[in-house]
Amino acid sequence: MAHISAGIACSHVPAIGAAWDLGKDRDEYWKPLFDGFEFTKQWEKANKPDVVFLVYNDHATAFSLELIPTFAIGCGESFQPADEGWGARPVPVVEGAPELAAHIAQSVIEDEFDLTIVNKMDVDHGLTVPLSLMFGKVEQWPCKIIPFAVNVVQYPPPSGKRCYHLGKAIARAIKSFPEDLNVQIWGTGGMSHQLQGPRAGLINREWDNAFLDRLIEDPEELSKMPHIEYVREAGSEGVELVMWLIMRGALSEQVDLVHRFYHVPASNTAVGHLILKNRD
Amino acid sequence: MSEKIYADIPGTVIFDAEQSRKGYHLNQFCMSLMKGPNRARFLADERAYLDEWPMSEDQKLAVLARDYNRMIALGGNVYFLAKIFATDGKSFQYAAALMTGMSQEAYAKMMLGGGRKVTDPIGDVNQGRAG
Repeated sequence: MAHISAGIACSHVPAIGAAWDLGKDRDEYWKPLFDGFEFTKQWEKANKPDVVFLVYNDHATAFSLELIPTFAIGCGESFQPADEGWGARPVPVVEGAPELAAHIAQSVIEDEFDLTIVNKMDVDHGLTVPLSLMFGKVEQWPCKIIPFAVNVVQYPPPSGKRCYHLGKAIARAIKSFPEDLNVQIWGTGGMSHQLQGPRAGLINREWDNAFLDRLIEDPEELSKMPHIEYVREAGSEGVELVMWLIMRGALSEQVDLVHRFYHVPASNTAVGHLILKNRD
Repeated sequence: MSEKIYADIPGTVIFDAEQSRKGYHLNQFCMSLMKGPNRARFLADERAYLDEWPMSEDQKLAVLARDYNRMIALGGNVYFLAKIFATDGKSFQYAAALMTGMSQEAYAKMMLGGGRKVTDPIGDVNQGRAG
Protein backbone atom coordinates (compact mmCIF):
# COMPACT_ATOMS: atom_id res chain seq x y z
CA MET A 1 0.00 0.00 0.00
CA ALA A 2 1.05 3.61 -0.48
CA HIS A 3 2.22 5.44 2.61
CA ILE A 4 3.12 8.99 3.59
CA SER A 5 6.69 9.00 4.88
CA ALA A 6 7.13 12.70 5.59
CA GLY A 7 5.71 16.19 5.39
CA ILE A 8 7.65 19.23 4.25
CA ALA A 9 6.82 22.88 4.75
CA CYS A 10 8.48 25.55 2.65
CA SER A 11 7.94 29.09 1.41
CA HIS A 12 7.81 29.75 -2.34
CA VAL A 13 9.12 33.19 -3.32
CA PRO A 14 9.52 33.98 -7.07
CA ALA A 15 12.82 35.80 -6.39
CA ILE A 16 14.26 32.53 -5.03
CA GLY A 17 13.58 30.91 -8.40
CA ALA A 18 15.12 33.87 -10.24
CA ALA A 19 18.22 33.86 -7.99
CA TRP A 20 18.61 30.15 -8.56
CA ASP A 21 18.09 30.31 -12.33
CA LEU A 22 20.57 33.19 -12.68
CA GLY A 23 23.22 31.37 -10.62
CA LYS A 24 23.09 33.89 -7.76
CA ASP A 25 22.59 31.23 -5.08
CA ARG A 26 26.14 31.70 -3.73
CA ASP A 27 25.82 35.52 -3.57
CA GLU A 28 26.12 37.09 -0.12
CA TYR A 29 22.39 37.93 -0.12
CA TRP A 30 21.12 34.49 -1.10
CA LYS A 31 23.71 32.14 0.40
CA PRO A 32 22.21 31.97 3.93
CA LEU A 33 18.85 31.03 2.42
CA PHE A 34 20.16 28.31 0.11
CA ASP A 35 22.41 26.97 2.89
CA GLY A 36 19.27 26.26 4.89
CA PHE A 37 18.25 23.75 2.23
CA GLU A 38 21.60 21.96 1.87
CA PHE A 39 20.61 19.45 4.54
CA THR A 40 17.29 18.91 2.79
CA LYS A 41 18.82 18.19 -0.60
CA GLN A 42 20.95 15.44 0.94
CA TRP A 43 18.02 14.15 2.96
CA GLU A 44 15.84 13.99 -0.14
CA LYS A 45 18.51 11.93 -1.92
CA ALA A 46 18.60 9.47 0.98
CA ASN A 47 14.80 9.37 1.35
CA LYS A 48 13.73 9.68 -2.25
CA PRO A 49 9.94 9.72 -2.63
CA ASP A 50 8.08 8.06 -5.47
CA VAL A 51 5.47 10.80 -5.44
CA VAL A 52 5.20 14.27 -3.92
CA PHE A 53 1.71 15.55 -3.19
CA LEU A 54 2.48 19.24 -3.52
CA VAL A 55 0.10 21.75 -1.94
CA TYR A 56 0.70 25.22 -3.37
CA ASN A 57 -1.13 28.20 -4.70
CA ASP A 58 -1.34 29.53 -8.20
CA HIS A 59 -0.49 33.23 -8.52
CA ALA A 60 -2.79 34.39 -11.33
CA THR A 61 -1.11 31.99 -13.71
CA ALA A 62 -3.23 28.93 -14.51
CA PHE A 63 -6.28 30.47 -12.84
CA SER A 64 -7.27 34.00 -13.76
CA LEU A 65 -10.49 35.55 -12.44
CA GLU A 66 -12.37 33.43 -14.98
CA LEU A 67 -12.19 30.45 -12.66
CA ILE A 68 -11.24 30.38 -8.97
CA PRO A 69 -11.33 26.85 -7.56
CA THR A 70 -10.84 26.62 -3.81
CA PHE A 71 -9.14 23.21 -4.03
CA ALA A 72 -7.89 21.85 -7.38
CA ILE A 73 -6.09 18.53 -7.83
CA GLY A 74 -3.87 18.03 -10.86
CA CYS A 75 -4.72 14.65 -12.40
CA GLY A 76 -2.87 15.18 -15.70
CA GLU A 77 0.13 13.26 -17.02
CA SER A 78 2.38 16.31 -17.05
CA PHE A 79 2.38 20.02 -16.26
CA GLN A 80 4.46 22.71 -17.98
CA PRO A 81 6.35 25.40 -16.03
CA ALA A 82 4.47 28.63 -16.76
CA ASP A 83 5.54 31.91 -18.31
CA GLU A 84 4.49 34.28 -15.53
CA GLY A 85 5.48 37.39 -17.45
CA TRP A 86 9.24 36.99 -17.14
CA GLY A 87 9.43 33.90 -19.39
CA ALA A 88 9.14 30.30 -18.15
CA ARG A 89 11.63 29.06 -15.55
CA PRO A 90 14.28 26.76 -17.08
CA VAL A 91 13.24 23.78 -14.99
CA PRO A 92 12.09 20.28 -15.97
CA VAL A 93 8.53 19.48 -16.94
CA VAL A 94 6.53 18.26 -13.95
CA GLU A 95 5.48 14.64 -14.44
CA GLY A 96 2.17 13.84 -12.75
CA ALA A 97 0.94 10.69 -11.06
CA PRO A 98 -2.47 10.41 -12.76
CA GLU A 99 -3.53 7.08 -11.29
CA LEU A 100 -2.81 8.03 -7.69
CA ALA A 101 -4.26 11.52 -8.27
CA ALA A 102 -7.49 10.09 -9.68
CA HIS A 103 -7.73 7.72 -6.72
CA ILE A 104 -7.21 10.58 -4.26
CA ALA A 105 -9.80 12.73 -6.06
CA GLN A 106 -12.42 9.97 -5.89
CA SER A 107 -11.67 9.09 -2.27
CA VAL A 108 -11.54 12.68 -1.00
CA ILE A 109 -14.74 13.71 -2.79
CA GLU A 110 -16.52 10.68 -1.33
CA ASP A 111 -15.12 11.90 1.98
CA GLU A 112 -17.10 15.15 1.40
CA PHE A 113 -14.31 17.46 0.21
CA ASP A 114 -15.48 18.69 -3.17
CA LEU A 115 -12.33 19.07 -5.21
CA THR A 116 -12.00 20.56 -8.67
CA ILE A 117 -10.25 18.17 -11.04
CA VAL A 118 -7.69 19.68 -13.42
CA ASN A 119 -6.21 17.65 -16.25
CA LYS A 120 -4.39 20.48 -17.99
CA MET A 121 -2.68 23.46 -16.38
CA ASP A 122 0.67 25.19 -16.26
CA VAL A 123 2.40 25.39 -12.89
CA ASP A 124 4.05 28.56 -11.61
CA HIS A 125 6.78 29.42 -9.10
CA GLY A 126 4.50 28.37 -6.24
CA LEU A 127 5.16 24.79 -7.30
CA THR A 128 8.55 24.92 -9.03
CA VAL A 129 10.49 26.96 -6.44
CA PRO A 130 9.98 24.35 -3.67
CA LEU A 131 11.06 21.64 -6.15
CA SER A 132 14.28 23.55 -6.89
CA LEU A 133 14.96 24.06 -3.19
CA MET A 134 14.46 20.38 -2.29
CA PHE A 135 16.01 18.72 -5.34
CA GLY A 136 18.50 21.28 -6.70
CA LYS A 137 19.46 21.64 -10.34
CA VAL A 138 18.41 18.46 -12.11
CA GLU A 139 17.71 17.30 -15.66
CA GLN A 140 14.46 15.83 -14.49
CA TRP A 141 12.66 15.86 -11.16
CA PRO A 142 13.43 12.64 -9.26
CA CYS A 143 9.79 11.72 -8.66
CA LYS A 144 6.22 12.15 -9.83
CA ILE A 145 4.33 15.17 -8.56
CA ILE A 146 0.63 15.74 -7.89
CA PRO A 147 -0.04 19.50 -7.94
CA PHE A 148 -2.73 20.55 -5.48
CA ALA A 149 -3.70 24.20 -5.88
CA VAL A 150 -5.48 26.14 -3.13
CA ASN A 151 -7.12 29.51 -3.65
CA VAL A 152 -5.41 31.99 -1.36
CA VAL A 153 -5.54 34.90 -3.83
CA GLN A 154 -9.18 35.92 -3.52
CA TYR A 155 -10.32 36.26 0.08
CA PRO A 156 -11.49 34.21 1.85
CA PRO A 157 -9.27 31.21 1.36
CA PRO A 158 -10.48 27.96 2.95
CA SER A 159 -10.28 28.00 6.74
CA GLY A 160 -7.35 26.50 8.59
CA LYS A 161 -9.68 23.93 10.09
CA ARG A 162 -11.01 22.91 6.67
CA CYS A 163 -7.46 22.57 5.39
CA TYR A 164 -6.40 20.49 8.38
CA HIS A 165 -9.30 18.07 7.96
CA LEU A 166 -8.73 17.89 4.21
CA GLY A 167 -5.19 16.78 4.99
CA LYS A 168 -6.62 13.89 7.00
CA ALA A 169 -8.88 12.91 4.11
CA ILE A 170 -5.91 13.01 1.71
CA ALA A 171 -3.96 10.74 4.08
CA ARG A 172 -6.86 8.25 4.17
CA ALA A 173 -6.94 8.29 0.37
CA ILE A 174 -3.20 7.74 -0.04
CA LYS A 175 -3.14 4.90 2.49
CA SER A 176 -5.89 3.09 0.59
CA PHE A 177 -4.02 3.12 -2.75
CA PRO A 178 -2.92 -0.47 -3.51
CA GLU A 179 0.48 0.29 -5.05
CA ASP A 180 3.50 0.32 -2.73
CA LEU A 181 4.55 3.97 -2.98
CA ASN A 182 6.58 6.29 -0.79
CA VAL A 183 4.64 9.57 -0.79
CA GLN A 184 5.70 12.89 0.69
CA ILE A 185 3.25 15.72 1.22
CA TRP A 186 4.51 19.27 0.96
CA GLY A 187 2.77 22.43 2.18
CA THR A 188 4.15 25.59 0.62
CA GLY A 189 3.70 29.37 0.81
CA GLY A 190 4.15 31.91 3.59
CA MET A 191 5.56 32.75 6.00
CA SER A 192 4.82 36.33 7.04
CA HIS A 193 4.77 38.68 4.09
CA GLN A 194 2.75 41.47 2.60
CA LEU A 195 3.35 42.38 -1.02
CA GLN A 196 0.82 45.15 -1.46
CA GLY A 197 0.01 48.65 -0.32
CA PRO A 198 1.75 50.97 2.14
CA ARG A 199 2.12 48.13 4.66
CA ALA A 200 4.23 46.03 2.23
CA GLY A 201 7.35 44.52 3.77
CA LEU A 202 5.64 43.29 6.91
CA ILE A 203 7.54 40.49 8.66
CA ASN A 204 6.69 38.95 12.02
CA ARG A 205 9.53 36.74 13.19
CA GLU A 206 8.03 35.95 16.62
CA TRP A 207 4.65 35.05 15.20
CA ASP A 208 6.19 32.89 12.46
CA ASN A 209 8.26 30.93 14.95
CA ALA A 210 5.28 30.42 17.24
CA PHE A 211 3.39 29.17 14.16
CA LEU A 212 6.18 26.66 13.46
CA ASP A 213 6.14 25.48 17.10
CA ARG A 214 2.39 25.01 17.07
CA LEU A 215 2.36 23.36 13.64
CA ILE A 216 4.76 20.73 14.95
CA GLU A 217 3.28 20.22 18.40
CA ASP A 218 -0.35 21.24 18.43
CA PRO A 219 -1.74 21.55 14.90
CA GLU A 220 -5.34 20.90 15.91
CA GLU A 221 -5.46 24.05 18.06
CA LEU A 222 -3.52 26.01 15.45
CA SER A 223 -6.04 25.02 12.80
CA LYS A 224 -8.70 27.04 14.68
CA MET A 225 -6.87 30.32 14.11
CA PRO A 226 -9.15 32.69 12.18
CA HIS A 227 -8.00 34.32 8.92
CA ILE A 228 -8.06 37.76 10.46
CA GLU A 229 -5.17 36.83 12.76
CA TYR A 230 -3.04 35.68 9.81
CA VAL A 231 -3.77 38.90 7.95
CA ARG A 232 -3.07 41.18 10.92
CA GLU A 233 0.00 39.38 12.21
CA ALA A 234 1.54 37.79 9.11
CA GLY A 235 0.39 40.21 6.39
CA SER A 236 -2.19 40.03 3.62
CA GLU A 237 -0.20 37.33 1.78
CA GLY A 238 0.77 35.51 5.01
CA VAL A 239 -2.65 33.86 4.98
CA GLU A 240 -1.10 31.39 2.50
CA LEU A 241 0.05 29.54 5.60
CA VAL A 242 -3.31 27.76 5.81
CA MET A 243 -1.86 25.48 3.13
CA TRP A 244 0.69 24.15 5.60
CA LEU A 245 -2.21 22.77 7.64
CA ILE A 246 -3.20 20.46 4.76
CA MET A 247 0.28 18.95 4.93
CA ARG A 248 0.20 18.72 8.72
CA GLY A 249 -3.29 17.20 8.76
CA ALA A 250 -2.02 14.35 6.58
CA LEU A 251 0.59 13.37 9.20
CA SER A 252 0.31 11.58 12.53
CA GLU A 253 -0.65 13.57 15.62
CA GLN A 254 2.93 13.28 16.92
CA VAL A 255 5.72 13.75 14.40
CA ASP A 256 9.50 13.68 14.50
CA LEU A 257 11.19 16.95 13.60
CA VAL A 258 14.02 16.23 11.17
CA HIS A 259 14.96 19.76 10.11
CA ARG A 260 13.86 23.32 10.91
CA PHE A 261 15.01 26.53 9.22
CA TYR A 262 13.90 30.16 9.27
CA HIS A 263 15.36 33.08 7.35
CA VAL A 264 14.53 36.73 6.70
CA PRO A 265 14.45 38.11 4.06
CA ALA A 266 13.96 36.52 0.67
CA SER A 267 12.98 39.63 -1.24
CA ASN A 268 9.78 40.63 0.66
CA THR A 269 9.20 37.40 2.53
CA ALA A 270 10.10 35.39 5.61
CA VAL A 271 11.11 31.88 4.64
CA GLY A 272 10.24 28.95 6.88
CA HIS A 273 11.06 25.32 6.27
CA LEU A 274 10.37 22.07 8.13
CA ILE A 275 10.91 18.37 7.50
CA LEU A 276 8.54 16.29 9.62
CA LYS A 277 8.73 12.52 9.74
CA ASN A 278 5.39 10.77 9.83
CA ARG A 279 4.85 8.16 12.56
CA ASP A 280 1.84 6.49 10.93
CA MET B 1 -21.50 46.56 2.14
CA SER B 2 -21.28 46.41 5.89
CA GLU B 3 -17.95 47.20 7.55
CA LYS B 4 -15.58 44.27 7.19
CA ILE B 5 -13.51 42.95 10.07
CA TYR B 6 -10.32 43.62 8.14
CA ALA B 7 -11.25 47.21 7.24
CA ASP B 8 -9.13 48.69 10.05
CA ILE B 9 -5.83 47.04 9.05
CA PRO B 10 -3.68 49.99 8.02
CA GLY B 11 -2.24 50.26 4.52
CA THR B 12 -4.00 47.08 3.38
CA VAL B 13 -6.77 46.30 0.91
CA ILE B 14 -8.06 42.75 1.16
CA PHE B 15 -8.83 41.32 -2.26
CA ASP B 16 -12.26 39.94 -1.48
CA ALA B 17 -15.26 39.21 -3.70
CA GLU B 18 -16.24 42.89 -3.82
CA GLN B 19 -12.76 44.04 -4.91
CA SER B 20 -12.55 41.14 -7.35
CA ARG B 21 -15.79 42.18 -9.00
CA LYS B 22 -14.62 45.82 -9.29
CA GLY B 23 -11.27 44.77 -10.68
CA TYR B 24 -12.35 42.02 -13.03
CA HIS B 25 -11.39 43.70 -16.33
CA LEU B 26 -8.29 45.35 -14.86
CA ASN B 27 -7.02 41.99 -13.64
CA GLN B 28 -7.93 40.21 -16.86
CA PHE B 29 -6.02 42.88 -18.82
CA CYS B 30 -3.03 42.03 -16.60
CA MET B 31 -3.43 38.33 -17.41
CA SER B 32 -3.14 39.13 -21.13
CA LEU B 33 0.43 40.32 -20.47
CA MET B 34 1.52 36.75 -19.82
CA LYS B 35 1.88 36.38 -23.57
CA GLY B 36 5.01 37.85 -25.14
CA PRO B 37 3.29 39.33 -28.23
CA ASN B 38 0.74 41.10 -25.99
CA ARG B 39 3.53 42.53 -23.84
CA ALA B 40 5.18 43.94 -26.98
CA ARG B 41 1.91 45.41 -28.24
CA PHE B 42 1.14 46.98 -24.83
CA LEU B 43 4.58 48.58 -24.58
CA ALA B 44 4.35 49.91 -28.14
CA ASP B 45 1.12 51.85 -27.41
CA GLU B 46 -0.16 51.47 -23.85
CA ARG B 47 -3.23 53.66 -24.25
CA ALA B 48 -4.40 51.89 -27.42
CA TYR B 49 -3.93 48.49 -25.78
CA LEU B 50 -5.83 49.55 -22.66
CA ASP B 51 -8.67 50.89 -24.80
CA GLU B 52 -9.29 47.35 -26.02
CA TRP B 53 -10.44 46.47 -22.49
CA PRO B 54 -13.74 47.47 -20.86
CA MET B 55 -11.93 49.03 -17.89
CA SER B 56 -12.93 52.29 -16.21
CA GLU B 57 -11.04 55.43 -17.18
CA ASP B 58 -9.69 55.60 -13.60
CA GLN B 59 -8.29 52.11 -13.91
CA LYS B 60 -6.63 52.92 -17.23
CA LEU B 61 -5.07 56.12 -15.85
CA ALA B 62 -3.77 54.24 -12.82
CA VAL B 63 -2.11 51.68 -15.11
CA LEU B 64 -0.56 54.39 -17.29
CA ALA B 65 0.77 56.13 -14.14
CA ARG B 66 1.96 52.78 -12.67
CA ASP B 67 0.12 53.83 -9.51
CA TYR B 68 -0.14 50.41 -7.92
CA ASN B 69 -1.90 51.54 -4.76
CA ARG B 70 -4.55 53.20 -6.91
CA MET B 71 -4.89 50.05 -9.03
CA ILE B 72 -5.37 48.05 -5.84
CA ALA B 73 -7.99 50.51 -4.59
CA LEU B 74 -9.80 50.05 -7.92
CA GLY B 75 -9.91 46.27 -7.61
CA GLY B 76 -6.46 45.17 -8.77
CA ASN B 77 -4.75 42.27 -7.07
CA VAL B 78 -1.00 42.29 -6.65
CA TYR B 79 -0.46 38.89 -8.29
CA PHE B 80 -2.25 40.15 -11.40
CA LEU B 81 -0.57 43.57 -11.24
CA ALA B 82 2.75 41.70 -11.14
CA LYS B 83 2.26 41.05 -14.87
CA ILE B 84 2.54 44.82 -15.43
CA PHE B 85 5.76 45.30 -13.51
CA ALA B 86 7.18 42.10 -15.01
CA THR B 87 6.43 43.58 -18.44
CA ASP B 88 8.36 46.68 -17.30
CA GLY B 89 11.25 44.40 -16.26
CA LYS B 90 10.76 45.28 -12.59
CA SER B 91 10.85 43.00 -9.55
CA PHE B 92 8.35 42.41 -6.78
CA GLN B 93 10.67 44.26 -4.44
CA TYR B 94 10.68 47.29 -6.76
CA ALA B 95 6.89 47.35 -6.80
CA ALA B 96 6.57 46.77 -3.05
CA ALA B 97 8.97 49.63 -2.33
CA LEU B 98 6.98 51.91 -4.65
CA MET B 99 3.74 51.09 -2.83
CA THR B 100 5.26 51.97 0.53
CA GLY B 101 6.54 55.32 -0.74
CA MET B 102 10.11 54.34 0.14
CA SER B 103 13.09 54.30 -2.19
CA GLN B 104 14.02 50.80 -3.30
CA GLU B 105 17.30 51.14 -1.39
CA ALA B 106 15.55 52.14 1.85
CA TYR B 107 13.00 49.37 1.40
CA ALA B 108 15.69 46.74 0.72
CA LYS B 109 17.52 47.93 3.83
CA MET B 110 14.35 47.61 5.90
CA MET B 111 13.93 44.04 4.65
CA LEU B 112 17.54 43.17 5.45
CA GLY B 113 16.93 44.58 8.92
CA GLY B 114 14.09 42.09 9.46
CA GLY B 115 11.23 43.83 7.64
CA ARG B 116 8.43 46.09 8.79
CA LYS B 117 7.20 45.34 12.31
CA VAL B 118 3.48 44.93 12.95
CA THR B 119 3.74 47.90 15.33
CA ASP B 120 5.65 50.15 12.91
CA PRO B 121 3.73 53.16 11.62
CA ILE B 122 2.68 53.08 7.97
CA GLY B 123 4.41 55.79 5.94
CA ASP B 124 2.63 58.69 4.29
CA VAL B 125 2.19 57.47 0.75
CA ASN B 126 0.86 59.59 -2.09
CA GLN B 127 0.27 56.64 -4.39
CA GLY B 128 -3.37 55.78 -4.72
CA ARG B 129 -4.75 59.00 -3.22
CA ALA B 130 -5.61 60.83 -6.42
CA GLY B 131 -9.20 60.89 -7.67
